[in-house]
Amino acid sequence: MSARIVFFAAALAAALALAACDREERKLSHEATPADLTPATPRVGELQPGAPGPGLEETQNTRSFDPGNAWEMAQGERLFGWYNCAGCHGRNGGGGMGPALSDERWLYGDKPDQIFKTIMEGRPNGMPSFKGRIPEDQVWQLVAYVRSMSGLAATNAAPSRSDSTGGLTPAENDRPTAQPYTKPEPKP
Amino acid sequence: MTALQDVLHPAGIQASHIASLWGFTVAICAVVFVAILAALFYALGRAPRADAATAPDMASMDRPESGTRRIVVAAVTLSIVGLLVLLGASIATDRALATLPLENAVHIEMVGHQWWWEVNYDDPQPSRIFSTANEMHIPVGRPVLVTLKAGDVIHSFWVPNLHGKKDLIPGRTNTIQLRADKAGIYRGQCAEFCGLQHAHMGFVVIADTPEDFAKWVDAQRAPAAQASDEAVAAGRDTFMGKPCAGCHTIRGTQAAGTTGPDLTHVGGRAFIAAGLLATTQGSLAAWIADPQTLKPGNNMPLVPLTPDELRAVSAYLASLK
Repeated sequence: MSARIVFFAAALAAALALAACDREERKLSHEATPADLTPATPRVGELQPGAPGPGLEETQNTRSFDPGNAWEMAQGERLFGWYNCAGCHGRNGGGGMGPALSDERWLYGDKPDQIFKTIMEGRPNGMPSFKGRIPEDQVWQLVAYVRSMSGLAATNAAPSRSDSTGGLTPAENDRPTAQPYTKPEPKP
Repeated sequence: MTALQDVLHPAGIQASHIASLWGFTVAICAVVFVAILAALFYALGRAPRADAATAPDMASMDRPESGTRRIVVAAVTLSIVGLLVLLGASIATDRALATLPLENAVHIEMVGHQWWWEVNYDDPQPSRIFSTANEMHIPVGRPVLVTLKAGDVIHSFWVPNLHGKKDLIPGRTNTIQLRADKAGIYRGQCAEFCGLQHAHMGFVVIADTPEDFAKWVDAQRAPAAQASDEAVAAGRDTFMGKPCAGCHTIRGTQAAGTTGPDLTHVGGRAFIAAGLLATTQGSLAAWIADPQTLKPGNNMPLVPLTPDELRAVSAYLASLK
């Protein structure tokens, strides 16, 4: 094999390796979606959580959820503190006034769009609707973080560190490492 | 508004101490530099005593050279004395910096965030404490004690016209004392690399006369201005109904978020986004419309607004003098 072939093979391998570096990709701005422009719901404190009201229709969100992005997950961790999700769900999602997020019980589903809906629309018995309170992009980041707390993050994006020091966990990961996920048997 | 950021034009006693030390050090170093160059050129200019063909002159190995020794001893002594003088001057400057009398000082707390400055004016009476951002007013001639804290990573407080640098460290409280002796507008800058937008983490210190300062403080303590017309009122309602109110405080309204800068009197500040843009309705609108293009990576999310909402919100914020 000539040196030239070796060189091109190495260059191709390097290019492919670099092209795969989207784990940390930072999407700093997103296209505004029409759903974002719907009128805001009343303030969280005035809302009967979970009750149907104006602005609680199905979101038209077109932004694709990228489960393989570690940065979005780290942003979600920061926002989990900033928007005081920790106030009810506990630091690291251990639970408190609200249900724990780090266990394997999902009252309203563990799919990204189900969690998105939970945050946006609220759920009965206390979960307020954050529609109009939190921009949709940030809700998706929260979705990524919430899923990571119970080991649902994609293995390649499993949090190894926090990107922002404003996060709740120290630099080292104290969340469960992502394992190939198997749904627990429904309890009788 | 042009703000001065210049170490060599001190506007306060602390910066003058530092500037004097700097001038003294430069003068001594200049004398040393000239002396060394003179010696070098003297050596270069001497007539050559040998060429490639002559044998080396080893005679000095056996012969005492008292003249040369005297020169070496004198030069070493002078170097030691010069360095000790500089050390003494440095210690004296440090002492002078640390002994600024703090009677009747203004107490200000500064918290560094990625990438803006939270400025809290302390008061024994809690209801009189107020908060602003990226702009610090101080009275001329009165000492100021600034408490430095960090919200996330290490930042550094640096207003070259008033003082040297001091770091803001998460979990610690630092203090810096300074005094402005000349009224003026001085630019400050974060001086410790703190992430993507470190360069856009500036602030201004406005040194006012004591009367103007008291007026400014009274104005800042007041809650936000009432909406003067319909467009501004629409902007206020948009602000309260959108995610804006989740992160920003406007005193006198429902907005009470604490993760972003206090906007109670944002229209009266010289700059928005930590010195990025001069405050106008246009720049406010540009910032709200797309913060991530103007300052990529900052923590302000893009909140989608219709053109009418954007116009109203920017009019409202510009009206908050």
